[in-house]
Amino acid sequence: MNIDSIKNGFVIDHIKAGKGMEIYRLLKLKKLSCPVAMIMSAQSEKMGKKDVIKIDGDIDLDLHILGYVDPDVTVNVIKDSVIVEKKKILLPEKLTDIIFCKNPRCITSCEQELSHEFVLADKPRRIYRCIYCDAEA
Amino acid sequence: MRHLIDILELSLTELEELVLVASDIIDNPSKYSEKCKGKKLATLFFEPSTRTRLSFEAAMYELGGNVLTMADASSSSASKGESVADTAKMISCYADIIAMRHPKEGAPLVASKNATIPVINAGDGGHHHPTQTLADLLTIHREKGRFDNLTIGLCGDLKFGRTVHSLIHAMSRYKNINFVLISPEELRVPEYVKNIIVDAGHSFKEVKSLDESMAELDILYMTRVQRERFFNEEEYLRLKDSYILTTDKLNLAKEDLVIMHPLPRVNEISVAVDNDKRACYFKQALYGKYMRMALILKLLEIK
Repeated sequence: MNIDSIKNGFVIDHIKAGKGMEIYRLLKLKKLSCPVAMIMSAQSEKMGKKDVIKIDGDIDLDLHILGYVDPDVTVNVIKDSVIVEKKKILLPEKLTDIIFCKNPRCITSCEQELSHEFVLADKPRRIYRCIYCDAEA
Repeated sequence: MRHLIDILELSLTELEELVLVASDIIDNPSKYSEKCKGKKLATLFFEPSTRTRLSFEAAMYELGGNVLTMADASSSSASKGESVADTAKMISCYADIIAMRHPKEGAPLVASKNATIPVINAGDGGHHHPTQTLADLLTIHREKGRFDNLTIGLCGDLKFGRTVHSLIHAMSRYKNINFVLISPEELRVPEYVKNIIVDAGHSFKEVKSLDESMAELDILYMTRVQRERFFNEEEYLRLKDSYILTTDKLNLAKEDLVIMHPLPRVNEISVAVDNDKRACYFKQALYGKYMRMALILKLLEIK
């Protein structure tokens, strides 16, 4: 399968096969007006199979949540068809309305207007906790 | 403006200050009798709790302040569907400080984000109960004279017992603390609380019987197995009488053991133990009032 190279935009590469759609959803790529290509189960020497997302548009994208979904992805920033930056993906300190608290005793379970906020409580163990009830994500 | 939602929001220096102020209140009550004149404490209790509410109210009255309170939660605006955020904004118009208890975890945090006056968490579900921990800390300080080099036994419901979790959090910040966790397997301390102990460099052991470690304890913190924390009535009935402290069991204990309990007690401490000089749980309730007084002064920035 062949998808043309992009001129200005991002290539999110080395996504674990099957995780592509989750990233597509969390980055709200559906709302973009520029072309977005989702390549699923592409052949990869390193990974066997991988997903790739190409975004053909010079836009401001909050890539922090990638670290939560898949810290091994790579993000290449493309300008005039050349890779000008390889972005380092870090675990985000805070997640707002990305994941949702499942604790039935949490205040977010009954007050619908509250944002579901999680903070990185334990970096080595990649554990996020709800700011209201401390439940683990 | 400061709130108190979680005991860990207070630094060790601040805790020390609160202990000093509370001790000064005990020694010189008249000095504090008009410190909060003209100030109002709103006690918003969305689940039943007699003693914590009365402790807060007594604390405010002894500081010369006044109290606004709801008769009961079922007649409050919450029953009409008002959000915690709106309640906090509204009460901010009437009072100078809020003490809130709520069955949902995190509700006082929501209140603190919306109130324009200090909010004290007076217990949020099975989560935090910082003023109980303040009472516990003052008890430990008054009875043992120190916060370090202690072997602390915690007994009963260690899974849902918020006072236990908060006390472990608080005591883990001091040096050389050894925890003995005494509970049935179903009511063991959650993993994340154990991680706090380990991360702080302390040791702990989990035992199933009260007798096993009695001899080594400096402090024994008993708790009630609470019906309201269980989804399943059968499980509650099976575990409620798991651990009962009797005078016989105390024969194994140190002479200067401090027996604590957040109260109310059901049957987990036999009434005969009350006459033992090591029983400190009623004193602990009294210390709670003094710590709440010290806290109200701190949050209202009254010297």
